[in-house]
Amino acid sequence: MANMSLKKVPIPEQDPKVRSRNFDEVALGYTEEMAIEEAKRCLNCKHKPCVSGCPVNVRISEFIALIAEGKFEEAYEKILETNSLPAVCGRVCPQETQCEARCVRAIKGESVAIGRLERFAADWAMKNTKRKYKDIPKNGKKVAIVGSGPAGLSCAGDLIKMGYDVTIFEAFHMPGGVLVYGIPEFRLPKSLVQEEINGLLEQGVEIKTNMVIGKVLTIDELFEEGYSAVFIGSGAGLPVFMRIPGENLNGVYSANEFLTRINLMKAYREDAETPIMRGKLVAVVGGGNVAMDAARSALRLGAEKVYIIYRRSEAEMPARLEEVHHAKEEGIIFKLLTNPVRIIGDEKGWVKGIECIEMELGEPDASGRCRPVPKPGSEHVIDVDTVIMAIGTSPNPLIRSATPDLATNKWGCIEADEETGRTSKEGVFAGGDAVTGAATVILAMGAGKKAAKAIDEYIKSKNV
Amino acid sequence: MYRIVRKEVLNPQVKLLEIEAPYVARKAEPGQFIILRVDKDGERIPLTIADYDREKGTVTIIFQEVGASTMKLGQLNEGDSLQDFCGPLGVASHFEGVKRAAVIGGGLGTAIAYPQAKKLHNMGVSVDVITGFRNKDLIILEKEMAAVSDRLFVTTDDGSNGTKGFVSDILKKLLEEGAAYDVVIAIGPPIMMKVVCDVTRPYGIKTIVSLNPIMIDGTGMCGGCRVTVGGQTKFACVDGPDFDGHQVDFNELMRRLSMYKDFETASVERHKCRLEGVANG
Repeated sequence: MANMSLKKVPIPEQDPKVRSRNFDEVALGYTEEMAIEEAKRCLNCKHKPCVSGCPVNVRISEFIALIAEGKFEEAYEKILETNSLPAVCGRVCPQETQCEARCVRAIKGESVAIGRLERFAADWAMKNTKRKYKDIPKNGKKVAIVGSGPAGLSCAGDLIKMGYDVTIFEAFHMPGGVLVYGIPEFRLPKSLVQEEINGLLEQGVEIKTNMVIGKVLTIDELFEEGYSAVFIGSGAGLPVFMRIPGENLNGVYSANEFLTRINLMKAYREDAETPIMRGKLVAVVGGGNVAMDAARSALRLGAEKVYIIYRRSEAEMPARLEEVHHAKEEGIIFKLLTNPVRIIGDEKGWVKGIECIEMELGEPDASGRCRPVPKPGSEHVIDVDTVIMAIGTSPNPLIRSATPDLATNKWGCIEADEETGRTSKEGVFAGGDAVTGAATVILAMGAGKKAAKAIDEYIKSKNV
Repeated sequence: MYRIVRKEVLNPQVKLLEIEAPYVARKAEPGQFIILRVDKDGERIPLTIADYDREKGTVTIIFQEVGASTMKLGQLNEGDSLQDFCGPLGVASHFEGVKRAAVIGGGLGTAIAYPQAKKLHNMGVSVDVITGFRNKDLIILEKEMAAVSDRLFVTTDDGSNGTKGFVSDILKKLLEEGAAYDVVIAIGPPIMMKVVCDVTRPYGIKTIVSLNPIMIDGTGMCGGCRVTVGGQTKFACVDGPDFDGHQVDFNELMRRLSMYKDFETASVERHKCRLEGVANG
């Protein structure tokens, strides 16, 4: 009997007052009973619109039906058929604009909580089962993957299942890409990411850390080392600054630096060797998920006041609703329709304030969002000791500058076919943020998956 | 893991480690750097490459113990291994067309100036080397520098080696006496590089400096190493670490280098406590 409640079964969360001072995960996850109750809200409708909303086409209604029957392990395996990182996706995918946006139940009331159920299945399986893998005959072909973020990991996960020898080259000392350096512990526990990566290692994927491709080896040298194809999933790692006065003052961070110190280098721990400035009054510039992550991290480091400064209104914010909601609950102050014009330093060169101007929305621009226009005379100063720039990132130029025959567009993104990831260079495929510019984990995973299929076809057709 | 095959104590604060890192050794060039971590919770430490041996597959680093992390590094011995060793990073130095060069090393900067002098010398360039230290006990790489230079000048702040003064004083004197250089390479504390640039500016001699701002990843990702060069923000890790010294905003560089000074002092104290704790326990 279907559960006809119009609302999702609520997910237990840490109290905002408590969690805003710790780095533990915010959402605690469903119990078995909650999961079954929520799973019963799925009507198991025939045309399954949710599946087409998923970049990796998870068999959503099938895994949910298994949860409803209490077959949690089977549910997990059903997800794994198309998604190699369910514990990650269940947490950080923007389900509200993908699968859940198309859910029939959302026509009247809330959609089925697909993300929460995916997370439940993955967490349950990690806790209660031991992974088992089919023995897959090796085909003797080697594929190199550059970058161990979501695109690289999903590409590796699919290729290893097809019998390829897969080696991932990671620039950092630890694999995971944005999952370990970017997304904070309180949204995505690092032990989980490690667990997902361990799954790939157990299947035979090799990960070489400390390897900056473009520097230590070029793409051509990878072919010389015997790889038949190369997938580039090197992400969009370069921070963008506003180019306003005062950005090089002490106390101004890129969100990348701030979050990397915290997440990868564990600077939030008292005994950490890597330092971080623990600002008391912090301004985060930007309105995306990264801005929310930085603001909420600053709060957890002990800030008294944290501002989000965003030049448009809340409706245009690119961050997930859930993240904005969580940030507000925790007491982040939103300064909307506000844009920084300069950062002010004290006599020693440390940040002491940020001068902003009020904005109003004008005509829609190329992105379809209303263009923010400054209101003359509305300049004002907000007292802060730390400024974090979270206005976006662009692809890292290391690979393109070392690979002249790899075509890139004017933003430095690698040009790749959307369906196959094929680039201008023979045998080289690319996907994820390195191609699209900063986007989502799941889109990168989808691109990695498509490329895996195309790489398989390429190697078979060329017999390389 | 990356094994230490040779360790030398160059002076009480400065040590040399030769490390097995075949991939890095294959590509390393003067001017480039590596990032290492001592152990699994270690900080990422950027260090400029002091030497490399492609055949042996080793890379040499020379470092000064300034914080807890470099002190920990200094305690390692031959046969021990480093957790991580990543590189080569940054853009290699370019010396095309150079016929006469002055290479200047201040203190630890001498270690980074050495591969540059060596490369220039091997290219057949006429090389004057000037190195400076606080006192004679801190002098490093004298023999090595002598082997790769036409003339070597070693000076000390206190005159304890018989030559008193700063490297910039020697350079100034040489220039006044008519020495002509196509390029001056100055590597050392920012204040030294700044003063050298002030000396060469009136002569219009191209002056290359190697900058070592605070950084995390070394691949352009964090932006922590941003420096202002010719009025523009550059990332030392991917645009440098070599820059035209006449264009560098040294005051900003020095200010940004001081960002974690309090933290560093505290970490050294903590580290010493731990060491003494071990010794006493």
